[in-house]
Amino acid sequence: MSTITPTRAPHEDQPTGHKPAAGRVGGGLFDPKALLRSFPDAVRKLDPRIMVKSPVMFVVLVGSVVTTFLAVSDPTDWFGWAITAWLWLTTVFANLAEAVAEGRGKAQADTLRKAKTDTVARRLAQDGKSEEQVPGTDLGIGDLVVCEAGDIIPGDGDVIEGVASVDESAITGESAPVIRESGGDRSAVTGGTKVLSDRIVVKITTKPGETFIDRMIALVEGAARQKTPNEIALNILLASLTIVFLLAVVTLQPFAIYADAKQSMIVLTALLVCLIPTTIGALLSAIGIAGMDRLVQRNVLAMSGRAVEAAGDVSTLLLDKTGTITLGNRQASEFVAVKGTTAAELADAAQLSSLADETPEGRSIVVLAKEKYGLRERHQGELARATWVAFTAQTRMSGVDVDGRKTRKGAAGSVIAWVTERGGQVAADADVLADRISEAGGTPLLVAVEDEKGARILGVIHLKDVVKEGMRERFDELRRMGIKTVMITGDNPLTAKAIAEEAGVDDFLAEATPEDKMALIKREQAGGKLVAMTGDGTNDAPALAQADVGVAMNTGTSAAKEAGNMVDLDSNPTKLIEIVEIGKQLLITRGALTTFSIANDVAKYFAIIPAMFAVVYPGLDKLNVMGLHSPNSAILSAVVFNALIIIALVPLALKGVQYKPTSADRMLRRNLGIYGLGGLIAPFIGIKLIDMLITLIPGIG
Amino acid sequence: MSPVTAGVLQLLALIAALALAYRPLGDYMARVYSSEKHYGPEKWIYKAVGANPSAEMRWPAYLRGVLAFSAVSVLFLYALQRAQGILPGSLGFSAIDPDQAFNTAASFVANTNWQSYYGEQAMGHVVQTGGLAVQNFVSAAVGMAVAVALVRGFARSRTGELGNFWADLVRGTVRILLPISVIGAIVLVACGAIQNFAGIHEVGQFMGGTQQWNGGAVASQEVIKELGTNGGGYFNANSAHPFENPTPFSNLFEIFLILLIPFAMTRTFGRMVGNLRQGYAILATMGVIWVGFTALMMWTEFAHHGPALQAAGGAMEGKETRFGIGASAIFSVATTLTSTGAVNSFHSSYTGLGGGIQLLGMQLGEIAPGGVGSGLYGMLIMAIIAVFIAGLMVGRTPEYLGKKISTREIKLAACYILITPALVLCFTAAAMALPTPGDSMANPGAHGFSEILYAYTSGANNNGSAFAGLNADTQWFNSTIGIAMLLGRFLPMVFVLALAGSLAEQKPVPETAGTLRTDKPLYAGLLVGTILIITGLTYFPALALGPLAEGLAS
Repeated sequence: MSTITPTRAPHEDQPTGHKPAAGRVGGGLFDPKALLRSFPDAVRKLDPRIMVKSPVMFVVLVGSVVTTFLAVSDPTDWFGWAITAWLWLTTVFANLAEAVAEGRGKAQADTLRKAKTDTVARRLAQDGKSEEQVPGTDLGIGDLVVCEAGDIIPGDGDVIEGVASVDESAITGESAPVIRESGGDRSAVTGGTKVLSDRIVVKITTKPGETFIDRMIALVEGAARQKTPNEIALNILLASLTIVFLLAVVTLQPFAIYADAKQSMIVLTALLVCLIPTTIGALLSAIGIAGMDRLVQRNVLAMSGRAVEAAGDVSTLLLDKTGTITLGNRQASEFVAVKGTTAAELADAAQLSSLADETPEGRSIVVLAKEKYGLRERHQGELARATWVAFTAQTRMSGVDVDGRKTRKGAAGSVIAWVTERGGQVAADADVLADRISEAGGTPLLVAVEDEKGARILGVIHLKDVVKEGMRERFDELRRMGIKTVMITGDNPLTAKAIAEEAGVDDFLAEATPEDKMALIKREQAGGKLVAMTGDGTNDAPALAQADVGVAMNTGTSAAKEAGNMVDLDSNPTKLIEIVEIGKQLLITRGALTTFSIANDVAKYFAIIPAMFAVVYPGLDKLNVMGLHSPNSAILSAVVFNALIIIALVPLALKGVQYKPTSADRMLRRNLGIYGLGGLIAPFIGIKLIDMLITLIPGIG
Repeated sequence: MSPVTAGVLQLLALIAALALAYRPLGDYMARVYSSEKHYGPEKWIYKAVGANPSAEMRWPAYLRGVLAFSAVSVLFLYALQRAQGILPGSLGFSAIDPDQAFNTAASFVANTNWQSYYGEQAMGHVVQTGGLAVQNFVSAAVGMAVAVALVRGFARSRTGELGNFWADLVRGTVRILLPISVIGAIVLVACGAIQNFAGIHEVGQFMGGTQQWNGGAVASQEVIKELGTNGGGYFNANSAHPFENPTPFSNLFEIFLILLIPFAMTRTFGRMVGNLRQGYAILATMGVIWVGFTALMMWTEFAHHGPALQAAGGAMEGKETRFGIGASAIFSVATTLTSTGAVNSFHSSYTGLGGGIQLLGMQLGEIAPGGVGSGLYGMLIMAIIAVFIAGLMVGRTPEYLGKKISTREIKLAACYILITPALVLCFTAAAMALPTPGDSMANPGAHGFSEILYAYTSGANNNGSAFAGLNADTQWFNSTIGIAMLLGRFLPMVFVLALAGSLAEQKPVPETAGTLRTDKPLYAGLLVGTILIITGLTYFPALALGPLAEGLAS
C-alpha cells in the first residue's frame, strides 16, 4: 500500500531532536599536541607577505624586528632580550593558532586526495557504441563515460542510462552503498566514488580540477577561504584601532621628552604591542577556519564563508515536512471501531490483515496493535492454510483468508468496493469516521471482514505523519532566537495545517510547487529577511540559488548541488538548524574575543604607564594598583600576559564560545558579562601573577 | 546652606528644567525638519541664494552644500576682520592680522569659537554682531542639519535622499535658534546683561586709575553663544564677565541654554526614526556621562587638599565668588562635554584632576550631550561602533535601527573616530617637539603640557574653551589650531553624510527576537563603556603626563 517510497538515503534516522547538552554546537576536539605539530607551519607563516594580511599582527612583526635590532645593539641588556623574545613568541603564537586550525582540515584533505587517484575513463565515442580509454583529467563537459562494477567514476556528472549501486564512502564517510539511476532526483554521481554493481553511462558536467572533490579539498584545506563581509568589517575596525594606538604611542615620545622621561624604543614597542588588539588579531583567521571546519565535521560543505555567516543572520527557515519535521512515513496511531464492534476486535483484524503488508505503514499497524492491545505479532508461517493477499498498487488492499474468514484493510474506496461486492453493508458511521481523520490531517484506512455474518466494515485505522520527537521544543527555541519556521509540504492545506500545529512551526506552505517556494522566498527577502532552505531535486535548484542559505542534499541532483551554497553529505535536512547555530556561533566567537581583547587593554595601561613615568612623576605610582615589583618587571609581565593569552584562547577560538539558543538580550548579557567584564578583570590578575613569577628569577627586579 | 548643597540643588534644578523642555522642544524640532511648508521670509532667503528648498539631495550634494556654505562663510568672516580698519562702527579698532583673522574665521565657522584675541580690545560692533554673531547662528544650524541628515539616513530606506541642506539650514536658524534666542536674550537683559551699541566708557576705579568698558549687543550674542554651543565671548573673560553673565540665575540659565538643544535632539531623533525609545537610550547614555562627570568635577573641586583651599571651601582660585565652586563645576563640565567652550571660571586654575575631567570631556568627542547636532551624530557613530561589537556577540550581522552595519558603514565610522585623535595627538606632539611653540606656555612641567594638549583638544573637537595661560596668538598656534578646527569640523561631516547616504539606500531589516535591542539599559550601559574605554585608551598616556601627573602628585 505504500504510496510513499523512502526517497532519502537509508541513514536518515539519525538522532535529530535534542541531543545531550554536550552535543550542542559543540566543538571539535582540541588536542594540545596539535600546537606542537603545527609549530613548523607557524614559523613558516612569519613571511611578511603572509603576515601583512593581518594588519594587527603585521605591526607586531615589525615591532619584533625593531626590538631584535635594538637588543643586538645592546647585548648586555637582559630586558631588551626578554621583550624581544616575547614579541616574537606573540607573533608565532598568532600563526600557531591559524596553523592549528588549518591542520585539522589537512588530515581530511589527505583522505580525499586518496579518493582522487588518477582514474582512466572509458569514454563513449560519437557513435555511442565504441569506447576509448582516456585519462580522467582529459574529460570535458558533455563527454559520456561508461562505468561498470568496480570502476571509479572519473568525474562529476549525471547518470543518463542505467542504474547502479555506488559506494560514496570516500566523500560522505557512509559505508552503505546508494542507488544512482538515470532520470529523477538521484541521477548525480560524484567523481572519485566507486560503482559496486551494474553499468551506468554518465554525462560529465564539470571540468577536471573543478570537481566536487577538488572543491572539497580546497575548502577543508582553507586554500579557498576568502574573508567574509563581517570579517572584513571587523578587520577594518581593528586596523583603525591599531592606527589610533600607534598614534598614541608615537606621539608619546615628545611628551615624554618634555617630561624628562625619554623612553627607550623597546619600551615604546612593548607598549604598542600591548595596546593594539593582538588577541583578536591573532585569533581572527583561526576562528573563521574553525567555523568552516565545524561544518565539515558535521559533513556539511559550505561553498563560501559568506554562506556560513549568512546562516547566522537567517530569519526564515523553510523546512521540508518529510524527513525534517516528520519521520517521513505515516504511521498508525489509533484504531477507531464502528458501532457494534469492539476496538480489540478491530485491532485483531487490522493486525491480521496487515501481516502481509511489508510497507512501513503496514508494519506500524502491527506494532500499534501489539503495543496498545497486547496482541502478539503473528508470523505468516504460524497460520496454517492461510491465503495471504499482499498489498499491490492496483488493489490498494492487503489481507488474509484463513478458516473461511477473510480480513482486508486498505484505502477507503477499495475496501468499500470489496464489501459491497460481497453484498455486505457499509456501516453508516464508517464514512464519518474516515472523514474526521482526513480533516485532522491523517489518512484513514478501512478494515473489513467477511465471515459467517457476511461482509462488513469493522472500523478505521488512523494513519498519520509522526512528528519527530523534540521538534516542537526545537522550533520554540528558534522562535526565541527570532527565527521563523515555515513547513513546506505537498500535502493538502488541511493535512498541512494539522501537522504544522502539531509540530509548532510558525507557518506552512501546502501543495507547494517549486514556483510557490520561489515566490515565498522572494516575498520574505523583499521584507529584508534572510532565508535558508534545503532541497534535492532539480526543480529545487532555482529556489536554492535564490535562498541566502541553500543547503543541497548530497543525494540530490547535480543541478541542485550546483545551485545551493552548501552541500550536506549526510543528506539530513534537519541539519539546517545546526547550520544556523554554527553560523551564529562563529559571529559570537568573533565578537566575544574582540570585546575581550579591547577590555584587556585597561589593565595593561595600569601596568605600563606607571612603570614608564613614575620616576619623573611619583604621583603616577598610585596607578600601579597591581603593586608590580619594578618598572621592568611590570612591562615584561604585560607583554608576557599579552602573548600567553593568545595561546590560552586558541582552544576557545577553535571550539567556538558556548552557544545556547536564547534571545539576543540574554545572549548579550551573558557574553558581555563573561568576555567584557572578564576581559577587564582577568589581565589584572594575570599580570600580577606573572610579575610575581618573574621576580623569582634571580637577577631580575 | 553649604556650598556643596547649593551646588547639588542647582544641578537638580537644571535637570528639572531640561526635563520640562525636553519633550516639547524635541517634538517641535522633529516637526520643523519634517514639515513640507516654507514660510514667507524663508522663501525670500531661498530666492536670494537661488536654492530650491523642496529638492531632495543625495549625500554628495548635501555635502557640497555644507562645504560651499562654510567656505563662503570663512572667506566672508576673514574679509570682514581684515577690513575692520575701514568699516564704520568699529570703535576705532584696526584690521586683524592675517593669521589671527584666519584663526578666528575658521574658529567661528567651525562652531569652535576658539579666541586668540581679546574681544573688547580687538573687535568692533560690525565684526562682533555682523560677523561673529551671525556665524554663531548659522554654524550651529549647519551642525544640526548634518545631524538631521544622518537621522534621515536611518529613517529612510531604498533611497539615497537625505533632505535639502538649504531648507535644513534656514529652518534650523529661523524656526529654532532665532525664536529661542529672542526669548533668551530678554531673560539675560532682565538679569542685567547689557545690550547696546555704545562706545567705550572710561570708568574710574575704586583704588584709583581708570578702566575702559565697552558697550555692545552682548545679551543677544551671549544667548546664541550658549544655545548654539558656540562659546565665543563678547569679552575676553567670557561668561565670567558680569556684562555677559551677571548673576547666579543668569549663570544657571546659560548652562540650561548650552544643554537645551543637544539633549532635546535625542527626542527629535527618536521621533524621526519612529521609535522614541531609541532616542531615550541615547539620552540615557549622554545623561549618565554628563551627570557622572559633573559629580566627579564637584568632588575633585570641593575636596581639594591644602589648607588655604580648604579654608576657602575648596578650589576657589580662578572661580567667580558670585557663582562659587558648585555652579562653576557644573558650567565647566557642561561646556566641555558640549562643543561650547564658554567659560565662567578659569579652567587652568582647576585642580589637576579637574583639568583632566575637562580634557577627557572634550576627548570623548563632545557627545554627552555634545554640540548642537554634532553631539547627536558623534554619539550615533559611537552607537554604531558599539552595536557592531555587541551585535557580533548575539550572533548576527550587526544592525542598528534596522540598518545593517557592514563593511562600508564600519569603514566610515572608523574613519570618523580616527580624525580627532589624529589631529590632537599629532599637533600636540609637533608643538612639543618643535623648539618655539613651547615658549607660549605660562607654566613649567605637567601643567604647561596640559595647556598645549588642551589647546589642540579644544580646537580639533571644536570646543573653543582655553586652558588659560597659553599664549595662543602666535603664527604657529593661530595656523595649526585653525587647521585643526577646520579639519576637526568638516572631515567628520564628510564621513557622517557618506554614512547617512549609505544607510538611506539600504532596505530595512525587520526586528525579531534575535535582534540586539538598542533601546534597553543594557545597550546604553555598553555604549557608555565603549565610549569611555575607546577614548580612555587613546588619550591615557597623554593624560597621564598632564592632568594625572599633576592631580595625583599631592
